[in-house]
Amino acid sequence: MSRLNETNTKSAREIIAKYPRPKSALIPLLHLSQEQNGYITREAMQHLGELVGVTSAEVYGTATFYEMFKFEPIGKYLINICRTMSCALMGANELMHHAEKKLGVNAGGTTPDGMFTLAHAECQAACTEAPTLQVNYRYRLRVTPTDLDNLIDNLRDGKLKDEFPPHGVLSKVRQIIPADRAVGAKDPEDVNESPAWLDGKAAL
Amino acid sequence: MTIVDPTKESAVDPSVVNITINNKPVVARKGEFIIAAADRTDDFIPRFCYHPRMSSVGMCRQCLVEVETPRGPMIVVSCMTPVVEGQIVRTTTDSVKKAQEGVLELLLANHPLDCPVCDKGGECPLQDQAFSHGPGESRFVEEKRHYEKPIAISDIVYLDRERCILCDQCTRFADEVAGDALITFTSRGNDTQVLTFPDEPFSSYFSGNTVQICPVGALTAKPYRFKARPWDLEQTESTCTSCSVGCRTVVQSSRDELVRYQGVDIDPVNWGWLCDRGRYNFESVNSPDRLTTPLVKTGTELAATSWSVALETTARMIRLALAGNANSVAILGGARGTNEDAFAWAMLADKLGIDQRDSQLGDGLSPEVFNLAQATIDETCTASTIILLAPDLKEELPVLYLRVRDAAQKRKSRIIEVSARDSGLTPHAWRTVGFEPGHQAQAVREALSTPEMKEQLARGQVVVVVGRPNLAENEMFTLQALAEVFVAEPSVKVLPVLRRGNVRGAIAAGLTPQNNSGDAIDILNAAAAGKIDCLILLGADPMADVPDSGLVQRAFTQVKNLISIDTMINDSNRNADVILPAAAYGEKNGTTTNLEGRISNVAQKITPRGTSRPDWMIATELSISLGVDIGVSSLEDLNSKLVGAVAAFAPSIDAKSTHGDGVLMARETPVTISGNLSRAIDRNAYNLRLVVSRTMYDSAGSTVSSPSLAGIVTDAAIFVNPLDLGRIGVAEGTNVRVGAEGTNIVIVIKSHNGVHRGTAWLPFNHTGVDIRPLLNISSDVVDVRIEPIK
Repeated sequence: MSRLNETNTKSAREIIAKYPRPKSALIPLLHLSQEQNGYITREAMQHLGELVGVTSAEVYGTATFYEMFKFEPIGKYLINICRTMSCALMGANELMHHAEKKLGVNAGGTTPDGMFTLAHAECQAACTEAPTLQVNYRYRLRVTPTDLDNLIDNLRDGKLKDEFPPHGVLSKVRQIIPADRAVGAKDPEDVNESPAWLDGKAAL
Repeated sequence: MTIVDPTKESAVDPSVVNITINNKPVVARKGEFIIAAADRTDDFIPRFCYHPRMSSVGMCRQCLVEVETPRGPMIVVSCMTPVVEGQIVRTTTDSVKKAQEGVLELLLANHPLDCPVCDKGGECPLQDQAFSHGPGESRFVEEKRHYEKPIAISDIVYLDRERCILCDQCTRFADEVAGDALITFTSRGNDTQVLTFPDEPFSSYFSGNTVQICPVGALTAKPYRFKARPWDLEQTESTCTSCSVGCRTVVQSSRDELVRYQGVDIDPVNWGWLCDRGRYNFESVNSPDRLTTPLVKTGTELAATSWSVALETTARMIRLALAGNANSVAILGGARGTNEDAFAWAMLADKLGIDQRDSQLGDGLSPEVFNLAQATIDETCTASTIILLAPDLKEELPVLYLRVRDAAQKRKSRIIEVSARDSGLTPHAWRTVGFEPGHQAQAVREALSTPEMKEQLARGQVVVVVGRPNLAENEMFTLQALAEVFVAEPSVKVLPVLRRGNVRGAIAAGLTPQNNSGDAIDILNAAAAGKIDCLILLGADPMADVPDSGLVQRAFTQVKNLISIDTMINDSNRNADVILPAAAYGEKNGTTTNLEGRISNVAQKITPRGTSRPDWMIATELSISLGVDIGVSSLEDLNSKLVGAVAAFAPSIDAKSTHGDGVLMARETPVTISGNLSRAIDRNAYNLRLVVSRTMYDSAGSTVSSPSLAGIVTDAAIFVNPLDLGRIGVAEGTNVRVGAEGTNIVIVIKSHNGVHRGTAWLPFNHTGVDIRPLLNISSDVVDVRIEPIK
């Protein structure tokens, strides 16, 4: 059972209330479910379909458009090493070989303990700081093999958990919008009802 | 749909727009797309994603044309560009050709060249338009993309993603028309493909339509895969009689065997759509179980014999029974056949003085609903208010469901659903009035008396769709609720939805109780009391269709001679004394009448199996054997007799009128309905009140003898609201004991959010446990007690 847990179901309802139509909330909800499990499970997609009133197939169709939603279990830390021109010139390939040896998996693989997934990435838009990598989409710049060793050791020892939250976590702080300031329909089931913030006033 | 033919409008009409296509003036309707206007001319614009019954999406880009603009000629997508006054459109210029050839070359870049082994080859829009509008040669020399060859996306439909050109027709149909968005574009981008959610099949009742509208061979259906090539097919236009909606079809055969039905687009009824049951139950016509020769009981066994012996035996039985008393012979059934079949049997019954006949089997409504002010399907779907007092249309009359859903979704109709259970239309209902069976008249009276409802009813035409929603309650409750609607709004019109194929035609032709004799249930009661010597089943299977199987059982044991005219052996005729093999759908000509009274033709495409004959021919032969010749020499002769004798059929006097859209029955001056409000006794709080209704795939003969559909039929189960399940204290999926008035059955229990609290829903006629012992036809409602099995 990897549907949304109770806390996240509550968050999901809050998120849905921010939108005039429930299904508009689908992308944030997919992030929420990826945050819960590290990847998006089938059960979660079915659950989201129920929450916003679309079929699981529609949730699946939306989710699969996005490269950063994962549908298979993935390591707690996703290490993306850039391999585009600037980084390649500055030793990205050697860095990848080093990482493969260090972690004992090939690019694209996940370590048996589920801690790391190693992957190639295309340009990360920091060419002046090549070679670059990202851990769960958070940068490390001008990375040397020694830096990489330290990074992996520190991640494994939990020393960097403040800097690098587990895969799927977008931010450490969630924006809270009070119900009375949400723009969603008062009754999430009734899309014809005017948004709460209008509070009976005519629309501009 | 009320598409006005713009060519008939006057030029000053503000909804008319004048444009030129290839220098020829064309009159178009405001808001119409160029491609739709061009379709009324001789200039064909190639297209793959455009479908006139669905919204335009501009996916395939094949319909590019040139439009004159202030900045010069511009290439536009004609399925997304609305007509405007004075527009100049060109569809055959060099630049248009270049653009269309370019698009086709790109569409073909990844399309496999497997036309010789593709089912679509020969009738494929992509193949045809590659010839007519394509570049002829491809510059693409690279490896084409590869996917796993066909994957089954449902029990019936196979998907070959290599052939798919991503036109969005199937996914759009599933979402927009059927409301089952179970297939969708996934991995959008370079790898876009149509798929279902993993392990959730495309189990839509309408999936066959996606196969029909697929412009390539990406979607194929199991029953037709590799069965025939399009150029081998012979075809004829006909009308589906699987239910009473009367969808227009083409029946296609190859080597004298039915291989496929396709929907035909007619405005007043089906818009080209069919349901899967109607589309694929042709397999039952080809079934090896078909009766090919008459059977007569000798000793305890049925033995094959000749028609002359069988007819003589039948005649002797009828004569013997009639010698005592004309009321000792009864006829059940007749709704399966054509109007002519029913009329021939009615004439025979008239000659013999048999008053006891009924083409309904205790699961319909009193024919008096046909005497109320009638609405057509179109009138229903353009009404301001549609009141549903009907069974779940999605399950019983699927294409009518599509029409009503469309009316609520895209047009201005509001649905007021009066139902004891959530149906396929509940999500589209404007207001839902729930009730406990037996209290619906009360519920309707109270609901329609609120100011909001009164205002809604006053907005315009109100149509009530009325049928038999629950086989475990007396039909009188529905009629009383209907009477309440007439009290609230006297100008209301009625669309009666009796589900069985040609039941309306059979009733009009005379297969309905005569001279105040009783209906099917009275006939069976009389039989059970030993008053019927000879019972004729005219394509009827009371063991499967009459709600009270105990009554049928008792009747059959008492009847001296049971005569069955049918296509197959079933539970009812297994012990018959004579079985006469009847020609099936597709094997005979005639006319049929749909639920709104539309008379249209059914056509013969193949030779009847073995020596089987149409029902009317059997009636004629039998009348001669009985010495009361009904004087029918041919089908044409019979049809003219029918048209002359029954006023309702008079509009079909010209055989051509029954082709295409068909023709509506003559309507009698409407009467009104009134009923004394009565209500069923209150339910004991420990019991649950039973709702019994049909689903699309049940154990009906035509379904279980169609191999592609038989596997879809589910085992019987009882469904209760999750809260009631908790109260009973059993887990979902366990066996429970369900008891009513001294009988009980053991059946699996399941929870269902659409079942109201205090009620239990039993789907009728499913495999596994027989639920009918619970149904006592003489009680007004049925309350059951559900107990865990210790």
